[in-house]
Amino acid sequence: MEQLLLLIFLPLVGAIVTAFAGKSAKIVSTIFSVVSLGLALVIACNFIPNASTQFEVNLPWIADLGINFHAGIDGISMLVVLLTNLLVPIIILSSYNHEYRNPAAFYALILFMQCGLLLVFTALDAFLFYIGWEAALIPIYFICAIWGGKDRIRINMKFFVYTIAGSLFMLMGIIYLYLHNPVQNFDIQAFYALNLDGAQQGWIFWAFFIAFAIKMPIFPFHTWQPDTYTAAPTQGTMLLSGIMLKMGIYGVIRWLLPIVPAGVHDWGQVAIILSIIGIVYASLIAFTQKDAKRLVAYSSIAHVGLISAGIFAFNQQGMQGAMVQMLSHGINVVGLFFVLDIIFSRVKTNKIEELGGIAKVAPQLALTFLIIVLGTVALPGTNGFIGEFLLLMGVYNYGIWAAAIAGLTIIFGAVYMLRMYQNVMLGETNSLTITFTDIKGTEKLVLYTICALIIVLGVYPKPILHLTEASVQHLLEQVNQKLNTVN
Amino acid sequence: MNIIITISITAFIVLYAGLFKANKALLPLTVVGLLTALGFTFCAWNGNAVHFGMMQTDNFALAFSGICIIGTLLIFLLTQNYFHAKSDNIAEYFTLILFALAGMIMMVSYKNMAMLFVGLEIMSVSLYILAGIRKKDFASNEASLKYFLMGAFSTGFLLFGITLIYGATGSFDLDKIQAYLVNSQTISPIFYPGVILMMIGLSFKVGAAPFHFWTPDVYEGAPSLITTFMSTVVKTAGFAAFLRLFAGALAPLHDFWVAPLMVIVCLTLFIGNVTALFQRNFKRMLAYSSISHAGYLLFSLIVLTKNSENNVLVYAAAYTFASIIAFAVLILVKQKMGSDSFESFNGLAKRNPLIALCLTVAMLSLAGIPLTAGFIGKYLMFLNVMTEYKTLLVAFAILNALVGFYYYFRVIVAMWFKDGAETELSAPVQYKVVLLVSVAITLILGIYPAIILNLI
Repeated sequence: MEQLLLLIFLPLVGAIVTAFAGKSAKIVSTIFSVVSLGLALVIACNFIPNASTQFEVNLPWIADLGINFHAGIDGISMLVVLLTNLLVPIIILSSYNHEYRNPAAFYALILFMQCGLLLVFTALDAFLFYIGWEAALIPIYFICAIWGGKDRIRINMKFFVYTIAGSLFMLMGIIYLYLHNPVQNFDIQAFYALNLDGAQQGWIFWAFFIAFAIKMPIFPFHTWQPDTYTAAPTQGTMLLSGIMLKMGIYGVIRWLLPIVPAGVHDWGQVAIILSIIGIVYASLIAFTQKDAKRLVAYSSIAHVGLISAGIFAFNQQGMQGAMVQMLSHGINVVGLFFVLDIIFSRVKTNKIEELGGIAKVAPQLALTFLIIVLGTVALPGTNGFIGEFLLLMGVYNYGIWAAAIAGLTIIFGAVYMLRMYQNVMLGETNSLTITFTDIKGTEKLVLYTICALIIVLGVYPKPILHLTEASVQHLLEQVNQKLNTVN
Repeated sequence: MNIIITISITAFIVLYAGLFKANKALLPLTVVGLLTALGFTFCAWNGNAVHFGMMQTDNFALAFSGICIIGTLLIFLLTQNYFHAKSDNIAEYFTLILFALAGMIMMVSYKNMAMLFVGLEIMSVSLYILAGIRKKDFASNEASLKYFLMGAFSTGFLLFGITLIYGATGSFDLDKIQAYLVNSQTISPIFYPGVILMMIGLSFKVGAAPFHFWTPDVYEGAPSLITTFMSTVVKTAGFAAFLRLFAGALAPLHDFWVAPLMVIVCLTLFIGNVTALFQRNFKRMLAYSSISHAGYLLFSLIVLTKNSENNVLVYAAAYTFASIIAFAVLILVKQKMGSDSFESFNGLAKRNPLIALCLTVAMLSLAGIPLTAGFIGKYLMFLNVMTEYKTLLVAFAILNALVGFYYYFRVIVAMWFKDGAETELSAPVQYKVVLLVSVAITLILGIYPAIILNLI
């Protein structure tokens, strides 16, 4: 259990040390994030891929209110914990070509956020989950609002109020469950064991679902997202899209499905329809985007829509697909935003039509960018393929028409992504891109790491599937069993 | 008893010290006096002594006395150079604040409604003078007059209510009133208007809508430090008095008075939050936000549980310490910039990162963000009313809390994201001590509230 506490609180210690590190904050935070990654890998190696919860910690916290510091890791948690601790060092390294003012605060906030995210991904106590949920939001708000771009104050206020509105209703749902819990605590197992009738489950479903839907975001709760992604500093965008939206997906899997299966049974179809509308809608808007960063933001909505549809389809393939795709999407989207950041740092624009011909002057960037784009459009052999294939299979098992429409995401995605790539990288160089310099130093390190991950996971996804399989299986059985007792 | 005696004696000593122009000795004397009183509070813990049938120092009374004394102590530490600039007779301030505190101790520990009235008047009269203590300032005079008129009015309501209840029960004693409600077959018809009138009178005192009209003007017009005192310590004492009566003696009649209370709560939340949103002035915003907090505090009376009293304690503590930070920073900013609009906070984070950080924590706490005391307070209030599944009320409160984020974050936005004048604030040591102590309490209560949850 010490390992888990260390895993969660090492970033917090790192944040405090970094806050006082002054000019060397960049290095200090890098060291802490890499050590955290190492620790996560050690835990992953010691993790036995079965359905049990491991490295469990259960300490009394606010005993009078039934709140415990109860955390643990199962296969599903392990995956997102790995994702978090993998992406944070990548995100920090990707900032090496920037000089942010007040770097100590910047890097401290990133590590603080990591701590909140890890709490969310390991919490087995609903109150702790909520605390982590908010603790991750505050730092990202400050990151985006202090170091962001044009109109950042208004945009981030919208983002903040949107997300916190969702989470407050979730808190209401949590309190409701707590009050129905005969043992009067927030323990997840006790929540799983609750016997609520259909109507109650319906209400709880919406209280939780809106919070998660805003975070992911699912249509029509997505309106904060493109602006926020565009106005945020690149590292903020990466944190939001790479890790933070997984909080919503993880929340659905960990809390929504097992606690209110009847609610999901009644309303899951609405969720799937919204997800599919989101896929089509976001893809169509992505077509028309002139700014590459906004295009990626919309493509992200489309991808998340597919993940969400796969989860609510509620079968083994859909779930497993969602697992793999969470990891792949995290890696790919961070890669995409990094490439756009590199371009922006060189030519000060992300407008697609102003760019072109970069491949001629920067072949290494062009190659890595291509691999990332192919991963995003789910070419076989890349990590995106496994996830999307499984997801579509899951949705297909749910309904053919749903799968047919959801499948458009792959076609649409390929079209707008490749067209973006073509316009930005290929063609003739213009006056803006003629002086473009190729990637170097940490940029190389980050991009090659991402590309390696894309290919390795694409060719050999078995470790990931193996890691989560037992837990997913267990989850499905648990929920189906509960559904049968309710009916 | 010892607590009131100590505070009163300190008040007299300070007054005489003022006569002999021993201005430097005032603060040390007061601090020693208050620490002694605090010591007596700890000694009396779990004693549950009844004093002459008039006051009862149960843990409820002691816990609220403790908060009031600590709050006053912190405010006194902020007086450094504050009153000196405004008046020669600074002993007046010290004495009056101490007398007000003595009145509040009676308000939180009364067992007999006569004591409630006496305590309330001792406090109010001191405050009328304090609000108008800048004799030549127009706003201060206006504040004082408004406060006095409204206060006299509300005292009238309260007194009338007490009379009617006395008429029905033949007693001022809380226990006897409760026994009357529990035992008698029929309750006298004049009892009910008595309850309503007392509720109106106390709502005036705590500034709950629709009896809140005096608060913004009085808070704005009074000297900032007095406003701090009024909106934190005084408010806490007012709620304790409210709670002692309604959650104690009048609890058997809960079904009757919960409906008007519900109206008051909803109006208070809505008016407080929505009007706070449109303020351009930080001090006025805090005044309106204090109205909305009164709304959340009243949640504890909507559903009476065994934790209601403790919930108010936690919320009041969270609110008091966060507000003290907010006002302390406001005073510093106003001294330097000459204005208390939001714009004068622009760029504060660059000039004084520590002060900005403290104020940020205070705003997060007032807004109710996790890991601060304010969140625990709000959480307990929501939990309290959710025990009877008043989900609509909670949903309404959540919508109001969202509005709250907007105006609390406006200060944060100004401090961190906007550029402003380059002049650095000069914070005296005492200010830093107060700020850091309050921030520490806010965070400790937010992260490990278990220490305060079972006090009462």
